[in-house]
Amino acid sequence: MTVKTVRNLRRLSQALFLFIFFFLILKTTFEVSFNPTEAAEIRLPYPVSIALQFDPLVALATLLSSGTLYKGLLWSLVILIPTVFLGRFFCGWVCPLGTLNHWISEIRSERPRRKGTRLVDSNRYKKYQRIKYYILLVFIGGAALGVLQVGLLDPLSLLARSIGTVLLPMLHTASLDLLAWVKSIGFPPLGKIAQAGYNLLAAVLLPFRQAHFNTIFSLGLFFFIVLVLNRVFTRFWCRGICPLGAMLGIFSRFSLFGLEKDESSCDHCNKCLLFCQGADNPDVGSRWRQPECHLCLNCQAVCPRNSLKFKFFPDQTPTRANPAGTQKVDITRRKVTASVVGGLALFPLFRSGDDFEINADARLIRPPGALVEEEFLARCIRCGQCMRVCPNNALHPTLFESGTEGIWTPILIAKIGYCEPSCTLCGQVCPTGAIAELSLKEKVGDRDLPPNRIGTAFVDRGRCLPWAMATPCIVCEEWCPTSPKSIYLKDEIVLDGQGKEVSVKLPYVDANLCTGCGACEYACPVSDKAAIYITSVGESRSPSNQVLLKRKKIEKEATARKS
Amino acid sequence: MRRRDFIKKTSQAVALAAVTGGTGLLFHNRETARANAPLVKGADFGVAPDKTMPQIVLARQTDPLNALNSALDGIGGIGRFISPGDRVTVKPNVGWDRRPEQAANTNPLLVGEMVRLCLAAGAGEVIVTDYSCNDPRRCFIRSGIGEAAEKAGARVILPQEKDFLNTNLDGEVLTVWPVLKYMVQTDRLINMPIVKQHSLCSCTIGMKNLYGILGGRRNQLHQQIDQSIVDLADFCRPTLTVVDATRVLLRGGPTGGSLDDVAREDSVICATDPVAADARAAEFLGLRADQVSHLVLAERSGLGKIAYREAGYKEIA
Repeated sequence: MTVKTVRNLRRLSQALFLFIFFFLILKTTFEVSFNPTEAAEIRLPYPVSIALQFDPLVALATLLSSGTLYKGLLWSLVILIPTVFLGRFFCGWVCPLGTLNHWISEIRSERPRRKGTRLVDSNRYKKYQRIKYYILLVFIGGAALGVLQVGLLDPLSLLARSIGTVLLPMLHTASLDLLAWVKSIGFPPLGKIAQAGYNLLAAVLLPFRQAHFNTIFSLGLFFFIVLVLNRVFTRFWCRGICPLGAMLGIFSRFSLFGLEKDESSCDHCNKCLLFCQGADNPDVGSRWRQPECHLCLNCQAVCPRNSLKFKFFPDQTPTRANPAGTQKVDITRRKVTASVVGGLALFPLFRSGDDFEINADARLIRPPGALVEEEFLARCIRCGQCMRVCPNNALHPTLFESGTEGIWTPILIAKIGYCEPSCTLCGQVCPTGAIAELSLKEKVGDRDLPPNRIGTAFVDRGRCLPWAMATPCIVCEEWCPTSPKSIYLKDEIVLDGQGKEVSVKLPYVDANLCTGCGACEYACPVSDKAAIYITSVGESRSPSNQVLLKRKKIEKEATARKS
Repeated sequence: MRRRDFIKKTSQAVALAAVTGGTGLLFHNRETARANAPLVKGADFGVAPDKTMPQIVLARQTDPLNALNSALDGIGGIGRFISPGDRVTVKPNVGWDRRPEQAANTNPLLVGEMVRLCLAAGAGEVIVTDYSCNDPRRCFIRSGIGEAAEKAGARVILPQEKDFLNTNLDGEVLTVWPVLKYMVQTDRLINMPIVKQHSLCSCTIGMKNLYGILGGRRNQLHQQIDQSIVDLADFCRPTLTVVDATRVLLRGGPTGGSLDDVAREDSVICATDPVAADARAAEFLGLRADQVSHLVLAERSGLGKIAYREAGYKEIA
């Protein structure tokens, strides 16, 4: 097998893994199949979040922050252990974001600094490439104390949420708009073609209903910047920012596989540098940097004189071709210490502020089964899988609703969608267990088990139709899914604007029964700002964010009866 | 400057100016923007009255399929309502994410049987659809109706935004409203409600079940629920109302949940008079029809008879 064949295998591998990743995100949705109905519980047919569980950075960071390696995260060893022997093969062969970066970098540029000798120069090792190690170490320091920020920059989380909550919803809106426009032209055959095209697209790519996500702009802008930086430096993200790349770089320190350079045959044409992805100095005369290399094999494939060769146990005796010096990660001990200390400082920085618990947003309603806030934040990697799978578009990325620490973590916005009582999909897809996997019984409760509560409903009497406008309603009571209903009605004669007596039913919330699902808020006919709304108080996950002593007692009795 | 250049440059500038000005003139419009005129269409799917037939038949039998077939035979058989080639829409109540035994949705056995009967009578196509309150995927799966209808040969449609037509219903409170197109663009409509308690209008049976043909923020209609139910029943007149009273939801409606609130009645009503159907079915909830204000209003509007016995009533045990 020639090196060119191997390079083609690498290209195939990149496309394949990108496809698998994308496919799994497409499948992170609730598909309609009416068979069989016997299953009381709706479950996804296979573990669609598995790709995220192959991520060694997520595994390491959540291990540090939560003390456990949740479910499929053990699979990350399948990436990490071969890296120890081979180097960063993941970056060059597997990583789907790396592949996108690779492709976007390769598109020919018209700018002089992206061509010829200036491109060669920009592909030499640069000091900015150390930034990723600092980022990694800051994240590790934070994770050690339970502040998990890896999700912001972890490539798999980043790509999963960007596809699921930005690209696919954008595609949905754009295609619906285009369809409506073509139909409005008034030439029926064209409309039919457009409809057929849309139906095909919808069948393959689009979910059952259009999703509208909170703060999509911040997510989209972030993703756009990551992609566009490739047009300035080849794979800038992978070289300079990616904390997973940094981690794999560190783990490739004892790699047995590497580059051997032959000084005698090289004529310094620099073609190797022209095509180098990792900026790891493959050229004869510079020190090759193992932790930077993505193993893309471009250098060996383009070398016209066969001076470069990847092999096991490469000859690493210092020569002029490969000057002396270690191939270790290029950061000093002092900077390692400083970065880790900086990461540790994140804990008091975030937690001494007011937005963690002390003055937490009342609308910080976490998905059902979410762990208590501290443990939730120690596990959530902001991959957006829960938001993507939520059939009611109820879960959204936050911006600052959960403080700066929790940017892009999930929150339920009942005005857009409520929590479907019989649904447990978000817990099924969560790759790190930030949202526990509930059984149907644990979600809705029964005689012996209290239901999972995410908050409590409150009536806004200043906006409610019967309370404020002497007008009949009861929609909140009609929709309330608990049994018995958590909203009860009181018949009352009130005066309308003309002083006429009107009989209305006034809604009240029985907080002992309410689970905070938000169906009332969603259905309330006061459309701009609902006259009944949920806040987080009373959520099952928190021992402190409670209001009724009595409700606690009811739950205790139920728990006691169970045991 | 050469003459040639002069002509070229000037004509380019003039052309651009002309295009710019022309575009402005072309799109200039003094009219204030107005909403598009909605579709106006009646939706009367009734069959010709037959004096020899009762208007309402109730069959009480333990097997729901027998009950349905007996009631249907009593009112003239499926052949009276479905002609070969008809497009038929069956509108059960699939409002909620509940299982059949919780009695929040129509019994799936009845829906499946109705579909089978329509196809056996030569219907060209049978569509089963409803605009659910909860996530429609879950409602159609957990109610068992999606599977039952598909197995019987129906096309099950979970409505999406594009399936609604802006329609003028020409009612007193219901004016222009999005209506599910399968409920108006069809030949025959079979309304298949279940009998449930409802806090605002006492009971939700056949006429209230037609809420499911409306899109938009239909929850606002509760402000004038009696008039809006009557407006809707006036606009949309089903071929046949088939009331599922095999299980009846006595309390906690319309969502229910607890089996303690469900009573078995083992009955099916077939009626061509929608008011009579609801009036009889309301008795399962312990209600007298003249206590139910939307039924009273419906009778006053000439939609049917509350005194169902006068309408021609037959009971089969």
